[in-house]
Amino acid sequence: MNAPQQGFKERADAELKNAVLKIAIDRTTGNAERKRAVAVAAFPEFQAARARGRAIKDHVIAHLDHYLEMFERNATAAGATVHWASDDAEARAIITRICLEADAKLVTRAKSMLGEEIGLPHALADAGIERVETDLAEHIIQLAGERPSHIVWPAMHRTREQVAILFKEAHHPPPAADDPATMVQSARRELRARFLGADIGISGANFLVADTGATCTVTNEGNAELTTTPPRIHIVTAGIEKLVPSTAHAFALLRLLVRSATGGEMTQYTTLHCGPKRPGDADGPEEMHIVLVDNGRTRMLADEFRPMLRCIRCGACMNHCVVYRQIGGHAYGGTYPGPMGAVLTPVLDGLAQSRDLPHACTMNGRCAEVCPVEIPLPTLLRAWRTRSWRERLEPRSVRAALGLWAMAARRPGLYRLGSRIGVRALRLFGRRGWIASLPLAGGWTAYRDLPRPLGRTFMEQYRAEQARKEGRR
Amino acid sequence: MSAKPNPRVGLFVTCLVDAIRPGIGFAAIQLLEEAGCRVEVPQAQTCCGQPALNSGDDKDAADLARRTIAAFEGHDYVVLPSGSCAGTMVHAYPELLAGDPEWAARARDFAGKTHEITSFLVDVMGYRPRGRRLDATATYHDSCAGLRELGIAAQPRALLASVEGLEMRGLEGNDVCCGFGGTFCVKYSSISNAIVTEKAEAVERTGADLLLSGDLGCLMNMAGKLHRRGAKTRCFHTIEVVAGRAGGPAIGEEG
Repeated sequence: MNAPQQGFKERADAELKNAVLKIAIDRTTGNAERKRAVAVAAFPEFQAARARGRAIKDHVIAHLDHYLEMFERNATAAGATVHWASDDAEARAIITRICLEADAKLVTRAKSMLGEEIGLPHALADAGIERVETDLAEHIIQLAGERPSHIVWPAMHRTREQVAILFKEAHHPPPAADDPATMVQSARRELRARFLGADIGISGANFLVADTGATCTVTNEGNAELTTTPPRIHIVTAGIEKLVPSTAHAFALLRLLVRSATGGEMTQYTTLHCGPKRPGDADGPEEMHIVLVDNGRTRMLADEFRPMLRCIRCGACMNHCVVYRQIGGHAYGGTYPGPMGAVLTPVLDGLAQSRDLPHACTMNGRCAEVCPVEIPLPTLLRAWRTRSWRERLEPRSVRAALGLWAMAARRPGLYRLGSRIGVRALRLFGRRGWIASLPLAGGWTAYRDLPRPLGRTFMEQYRAEQARKEGRR
Repeated sequence: MSAKPNPRVGLFVTCLVDAIRPGIGFAAIQLLEEAGCRVEVPQAQTCCGQPALNSGDDKDAADLARRTIAAFEGHDYVVLPSGSCAGTMVHAYPELLAGDPEWAARARDFAGKTHEITSFLVDVMGYRPRGRRLDATATYHDSCAGLRELGIAAQPRALLASVEGLEMRGLEGNDVCCGFGGTFCVKYSSISNAIVTEKAEAVERTGADLLLSGDLGCLMNMAGKLHRRGAKTRCFHTIEVVAGRAGGPAIGEEG
């Protein structure tokens, strides 16, 4: 991953000023939130399904070695070649080598966040291989030269109106109108020829099915099938946490995934890819390569971030996050945005590069409430804060201020004295009930007024009252 | 849940109520006494430790947890006018002290007897106010920690429903964070501002006279934004209204 130059706060501030971005975010996440609520309400067993989903993932995570071996054995028996990549660089090297050995000129790609995580688009470009993104939103991202801002809707940050302008410039001939149907038709026409001319198709996998060795892709556009079937070679890239014991388990999780992501009941296209074309098959790739990527995942297995391996990448946490809904996905600076990204980015890019992310959260708990596999996201974000503190990554001023405060909070007499002085000092800055500007608290008063303390602390008044009562006795 | 008669309740005032709005503490004492409790305010209390906890400073947070637990050892219940501080005590204290053989069990016992005030009044004491009247329209914001960590939603509404003349109006996004988040609101002030601006707009759309909530931090954030925007909405802690104290100055008003 190329770390962005600016810091998180600068990126967030820039996005906050982008009024069009806010319109785009509200449309997509607002819709997603409403549709998910309807879908969950219409599925009375949702809580039970959620508990089952969590149990499936926990079981696989606890027996990862067992299921990885089973998957490799069965995928190999089905005719696929399984590759193991311990990190992003190794994954890139394996994939480029396959492409170069096949003398591939054109590669089609179905949307995969893991591909983004390992930096695949850049690696292909560096190897001189032309890449065509086949997912509609990824097509938009590719035309705009951007990176995904959401794990389900990569082009979520762009309004329909902006996409119309983009297509008019890039499509030949340009779309005749800028209604969604015409624009989608135009993208289909652009992409169709490329599907058939590609040497290699690269997809991700929503599930890796251990007992059959199949990989499962789900889309609503059918682009995964068109990416993986016509070319001579199909390459799958998947994180090792995508394993499930059987097809039935994959479908139990799919019920949660689709409802949580789009509010649908089922994806339009759900395909199990089990090995390359067999003798007598009408079509399908001649070679199938599956690249299993670790990239920090086994490290998570051993530490407090283990529950994050349950994540099925539905995006519900970001759709329901007040911070994501103000700043969008790019401001996070990593592959994965929102609450799940704030947990994963420090794993992938290092905590020192991303210490803002676990802090840029109000701890309101809504993400955990909607997570279909019950990941305690706020707890995990807090765990990063604890690490950041322990590793002395927190600014010295914060450490000093908190140390001073904690010293006083251990001494009730001193703490009460501090409060008494504090409220009297605060009163000097305000008039008629409110403080409009306060030194050292500009973060508050830049945007809102501060209620002026009424003069005496509760403890002062309470003790005076107790003393009065004692006197009367 | 049913309580023993005349339980001995220790009130944890919270830092913000102590400094900014003592009236919430006195409303708590009044309601607890009306519900039949003997109320004490242990003088050894300071802060629940949440600023340290949320900054990742677990050592100081654990130390303050031990001190708070010790300060309330003799009480049947610990009651707080804040879902946020109560959530810290109920959930974080047992986790922070789980590895400390001397304190782990005490932390669990302490968590078991700790309650946010509206849930304590309704669920434990079966209390409803009598003879309270307030002719006004009000809307209610569910503070996140109380709602999601402690399940507080029905209790404040039940108490408010007993206030005659008070008309409650629904708030769009009532369960969405107001953007306070403790130190978040000053560390990431521009993001916090964007969030609270949407909250203030939703509150203004209700046209209600009053905005009520159960956590002073959230209330200060929303009240401060509403005032900056020139809105006329008056903000109170739920229990100030339930205790019949909304005749006095609202947050940011001087009497």
